[in-house]
Amino acid sequence: MKKSITMEVNGSSCEVEVEPWRTLLDVVREELDLTGAKLGCDIQVCGACTLLVDGKPVSACSVLAVDADGRKVTTVEGLAEGDRLHPLQRSFMKFGALQCGYCTSGFLLTAKAMLDENPHPDDEQIKSYMGGSFCRCGCYQEIMQALRSVAQG
Amino acid sequence: MAISERPLSAQDGQRLDYQAKLTGRAAYLADMKMPGVLEGVVLRSPVAHAWIRYVDASEALKVPGVVAVYTKDDVVQGTGIEPYYGPVFKDQTIVAVDKVRHVGDPVAAVAAETREAAEEAANLIVVEYEDLPPVMEVQDSVKEDATLVHETVRIPEHGFADLAELKPIENTNVCTHFKLRKGDIEQGFAECARVFEDTFILPTTQHVALEPHGCIAAFQPDGRVNLWSTTQNPFVVRTQLANIFKMPVSKIRIMVPYLGGGYGSKVYPKIEPLTMALAQKAHRPVRILLSREEVFYTVTKHAAFIRMKTGVKADGTFHAREAEVFLDTGAFAEIGPRVAKKSAYTAAGPYKFSHVKIDAKSVYTNKPPAGAFRGFGVSQSAWASESQTDIIAKALGRDPYELRMQNIYDEGDEFVTGEKLWSIGVKGCLEKVAQEMKWGEPMPAPQDPSKVRGRGLAALIKATITPSISCAAIKLNEDGSVNVFTSTVEMGQGSDTAMAAIVADTLGISLDQVSVLGVDTDVVPYDLTTSSSRSTFHMGKALELASLDLCEQLRRFVSEEHGVPFEETRMEGGKVLFRENALDIREVLFNHFGMQGGTLVGRGEVKTSTVDPDTGDKTTSSFWFVGAGGSEVEIDKDTGRLRVLKHATAVDVGRVITPLGCQQQLVGGAITGLGQALFEQMVWDNGILVNPNLVDYVLPALGDMPDEITPIAVEVPHKNGPFGAKGIGETSLIPVAPSIANAVDDAVCVRIKDLPVTAEKIFLGMLDES
Repeated sequence: MKKSITMEVNGSSCEVEVEPWRTLLDVVREELDLTGAKLGCDIQVCGACTLLVDGKPVSACSVLAVDADGRKVTTVEGLAEGDRLHPLQRSFMKFGALQCGYCTSGFLLTAKAMLDENPHPDDEQIKSYMGGSFCRCGCYQEIMQALRSVAQG
Repeated sequence: MAISERPLSAQDGQRLDYQAKLTGRAAYLADMKMPGVLEGVVLRSPVAHAWIRYVDASEALKVPGVVAVYTKDDVVQGTGIEPYYGPVFKDQTIVAVDKVRHVGDPVAAVAAETREAAEEAANLIVVEYEDLPPVMEVQDSVKEDATLVHETVRIPEHGFADLAELKPIENTNVCTHFKLRKGDIEQGFAECARVFEDTFILPTTQHVALEPHGCIAAFQPDGRVNLWSTTQNPFVVRTQLANIFKMPVSKIRIMVPYLGGGYGSKVYPKIEPLTMALAQKAHRPVRILLSREEVFYTVTKHAAFIRMKTGVKADGTFHAREAEVFLDTGAFAEIGPRVAKKSAYTAAGPYKFSHVKIDAKSVYTNKPPAGAFRGFGVSQSAWASESQTDIIAKALGRDPYELRMQNIYDEGDEFVTGEKLWSIGVKGCLEKVAQEMKWGEPMPAPQDPSKVRGRGLAALIKATITPSISCAAIKLNEDGSVNVFTSTVEMGQGSDTAMAAIVADTLGISLDQVSVLGVDTDVVPYDLTTSSSRSTFHMGKALELASLDLCEQLRRFVSEEHGVPFEETRMEGGKVLFRENALDIREVLFNHFGMQGGTLVGRGEVKTSTVDPDTGDKTTSSFWFVGAGGSEVEIDKDTGRLRVLKHATAVDVGRVITPLGCQQQLVGGAITGLGQALFEQMVWDNGILVNPNLVDYVLPALGDMPDEITPIAVEVPHKNGPFGAKGIGETSLIPVAPSIANAVDDAVCVRIKDLPVTAEKIFLGMLDES
């Protein structure tokens, strides 16, 4: 029994038919081919699946797609404007804030939400806001540098 | 940054994989789409040790959408399948056949149109077990009356050259026993002023690559099979699959997309044999994507129990070292025998001993199989050796830095195996770390009087896999651009960029003219493995040689076309120079082919041996990697709570190839070491794993970071490395835990001998002390 939902994904409206038990992560990845968000832990801990729903970060592995009906969803694919990378993406590149890249989408989107709420967070605020994302390659130091750089604008 | 500023063509921040990874467009295995693919789900054992009485899949087959169910009957009765496999001993089967040996051991698998159908069907498979007592700790497992994990162990016909002398030991749970001897240990201890004996323990941990393992297998109409897999060593997996399925390797094609981290968890066959078996039975493409919980059942890092006895002379000279290293290899040998061997080589640490007796045993238990983990046995032996070094220093009233410097290896010193050590900058690493940590200067008092600070050091030496092979090819195109064909797997370590930089610099062209194809065993030449910190040294050298091969071909064309002696031509800055002329690559190609077109192929190969081809000397490792780490900690005296304020890590890299990649590997490895030191452990209760999830298995996060982690690259070039470079992937992880434990003892006089270093242990230690 499928349900029709409409979401505004990265600025474009899209309608999909989904089973009510499917997660937002699954639908975005499988139905919309936006695979930047990853499944890491499946229980809202690691941050790899983070998407923005109405601008707020959510663990898309644990949100039902039907609950995103009528809402705005931002994925990492929606950060750059054409060929022009988002300032966070440029800063991650400059400071080398990624290695394997599996966590990167989650970090970028969480950081975007943080900066939208508070454009100039200090170190403690950054650590607190970003505490729900794991980088297993150990790029935390570079991530801090990249975020600090954007936060200090 | 304390990394030397001597970059080759790769500039800071430039990595070939960044554009794709930052925009979410980099394809990892789970992102790949394949029409008609079936979802595979694995049914796993709920018990740690049991005979399998029967498996009944009849109800599972009735679930709509189910295409195939794979059970032990397929392994035993399957036509053309060799049931037993494994990289060292043939003790694994595609699914459990006679008994299950750990919680999570695969018992059956279902391929269905949807994951939901496959899961429903897997739950309907009936398995009857007859429980056996599980052996969960190595100390119990080695007892004479312990229940056997394997009644018999089969040996492959063609094993690894470096492990040929290791055989399974009948009627015991000891998988292998490697012995390292030098001098006369009893005489050695008799000659010592002081003898120290301690026992050290490390728990089982897991790599937690954020990307779980996955595989897609698709048979072709002509009988060939294509696999996409999250593997660090596709050629070894190809060999294993060829043996199991009795096919020539030419009919098995393995492609590897970007990996979301490896750290050793993705070497050797994991989910590939089962995925391929299901695809064969279903006559359809199948993909299996493991859940996080399943990853914990798939591979772990060896827990260890280490008895260490060290004799020193009155002046602090290290003289005799005896060690018994028990490594918990879990239910299958996997690569455990090599982990134990590597652990043994370095159980004497980076120090000169006249008498050495090391016994390293890999031991079967009913835990999930332990395999390669960044540090590969050395983080275990170094935990013991470097902790005990500080115990000795304290007892002798010596400064731990001075005592280390007195005994540490230098150029040309004799290693425990009798061979000479060259390109061995461990002294320089320790010196730089001590400087960075302000060693010897008074410790600044914490502002909060309830806190106290301490500093600690640790050093290490580690071998890389030897002998091994790396073959490479590069293709020079008609416009002077280059395609690189390498099987080194980009799993985050920045290898694509390092390899491209080596090619660009050897040819004298810019990095943006170089493309790295990606791994496809039908196309790229053979490489043993992306592990053991070996890629830059081995594959980098193979690519340097391939580039030089191209240079020679270009010079030969010019020599022949212009009638210039070959010796009077040379290649510089991407041009062939002769007399006053300079021809760029594109012109040379145009002149040779007579039009814009054609291809030149450059080839390079590196094969290392246990005998140095130049000197005839024994060479246990084609290069040695050495380093040192230092930690400063602050401890709350009321609670034992520990915070690492600063960590410095110095690694002898030989030569920096890519400064950013170097920094990331040094700091990243240290952060992995921080998790191992402070938080991580897999916990069992009656054979059941209690914490196979990321809530209960704690990883280091942003808030756990020290104020500063300082990477220091020491450059002692190696004669056989590209531009002198050596491997760097594992070094910085190893000293973290012992340097923290040494700092804790410095701060509060509490010696912790079992990892992780927790507030509770420190608190209880302080209670005992007072």
